[in-house]
Amino acid sequence: MAEDSTGKEYWRWTESNWHDPDIDWRKGEIVTAGVDVGSVSSQAVILVDGKLFAYSNMRTGSDSPKSAQNAMDWALEGTGMTLGDIQYVVGTGYGRVNVPFAQRAITEIACHGRGANYMYGPTIKTVLDMGGQDCKAIRVDEKGKVVAFLMNDKCAAGTGRGMEVFSDLLGVHITKVGEMSLQVEEEPPMVSSTCVVFAKSEASGLLRAGWPKERVLAAYCLAMAHRVVDLLQRLGIEEDFAITGGIAKNIGVVSRIERELGIKALKPTLDTQIAGALGGALFASALLQKERKGK
Amino acid sequence: MITTGIDVGSKNVKVVIQEDGKVLGKGSVLAGLDTGAAISEALDAALKDAGIARDKVEKLYATGAGRQEVKDADDSRTEVGADAAGIAYLFPEARTLIDVGAEEGRAIRVDDRGKVVDFAMNERCAAGAGAFTEAMARALEVPLEELGRLSLTSTKAVAMNAQCAVFGESEVVSLIHQKTEKKDIARAVHDAMATRITSMARRVGVEPQVALIGGVAKNPGFVDSLQRDLEMKVFIPDDPEFVSALGVALLAAGIVE
Repeated sequence: MAEDSTGKEYWRWTESNWHDPDIDWRKGEIVTAGVDVGSVSSQAVILVDGKLFAYSNMRTGSDSPKSAQNAMDWALEGTGMTLGDIQYVVGTGYGRVNVPFAQRAITEIACHGRGANYMYGPTIKTVLDMGGQDCKAIRVDEKGKVVAFLMNDKCAAGTGRGMEVFSDLLGVHITKVGEMSLQVEEEPPMVSSTCVVFAKSEASGLLRAGWPKERVLAAYCLAMAHRVVDLLQRLGIEEDFAITGGIAKNIGVVSRIERELGIKALKPTLDTQIAGALGGALFASALLQKERKGK
Repeated sequence: MITTGIDVGSKNVKVVIQEDGKVLGKGSVLAGLDTGAAISEALDAALKDAGIARDKVEKLYATGAGRQEVKDADDSRTEVGADAAGIAYLFPEARTLIDVGAEEGRAIRVDDRGKVVDFAMNERCAAGAGAFTEAMARALEVPLEELGRLSLTSTKAVAMNAQCAVFGESEVVSLIHQKTEKKDIARAVHDAMATRITSMARRVGVEPQVALIGGVAKNPGFVDSLQRDLEMKVFIPDDPEFVSALGVALLAAGIVE
């Protein structure tokens, strides 16, 4: 990943880890984890008896097995738990086959559906996962089982990587992009190029023509929203609707998706980036219970 | 008759001045911020190269994405028409014409009289245009001019999965991390782009002879990958980036139709 010329890494989002100090995991009967190794970010989620106990969210390095290990280690940090205490691990995401300590690998589509069901409850029907290098529209049933999905993983338009390119170009930190894009008096026309490379040239032209950064960001957030709304409409949307992944944290894109759809997305209760790993951990719990019953 | 053709591309403005089918002068200027200024500058450069004054030019035709910016043009033609006219004069045996520019790619099939039968184009995605190799050269930290030469020294085919220039950059970076040699990455870049161009060309049907024009035709690494992919040699004229401009200059003179 190249840094911009000033040496500042505008694209670098805040990595985080968390655990619930009120849960005594040593008393837990079912301790499972899900590890989601995405193309841009990796997460690990640990569940104790079906309750969220700990998670981590960090950037994926160039080495998938190491990224899985790093995410797991960071989720475990300060909990007193070790990898050996986790009874079942499911790997998911683009690098799911590279989670050396996982018992099973499950696709990210299935895990996102399952994770969103836990995060938003059984009324959730449509999930839009806006990841680092792909975008998925998923329809799920009341148990979080995937009914249908559409995805774009061929093109950076509508993905987190596309937004990182813009954050770098404008020298605006990625976490500030959304709010800043809303500081316009009226909506500009959207960036007309779909391709991120061409959109970047178009945006440079707009800046040279005297557009303030806010307006350029608004034009790009609008284009991005338009792109994913198209994906959603091809799949068909049923409420309740929610957005997961890193872009779910960008209010500039989220509010424009909502406006274009005429539907509000449910407010997230947890870090939207952990949906996949959370789904993986939930599958791990179910698989472990099945295994124990079988014995 | 002395005529001029101006091709206002997305990256460069190219001008050709010809008389009776003979090129008198050429000029090429980065389109930059002010297209109008770039057009005047490129025209002046071509006039100087030809050693003639502006009033000696009897007709001026324009082509390219920004052709409406040429205010004093007598007429204009689409890029497809300009390409076909240029190649009909330079290489009448061509039945398939592939033009890869900075931000666009085109495949054109012509009949034995040089008339356009069918065409396909990509103008929406950087992965099928020169912008792709530029982005990959940047990720590899190799000057664009060297990327082609470097690629020719590769002996190993490495697969590149990304079909997007943005994802391609990340993939190049991870190939570097995996200690893949730069020359093999350079070849992977050209192979990936050639695959996309070939599939575009197959949409119109690839019939020999095949001619390759546009700025990317000057990249020997891409040419090598394309020939391997098409399983045939391609004809590349001298100054392949000036073929469109030459085409409209010849159309202005009535030398080709």
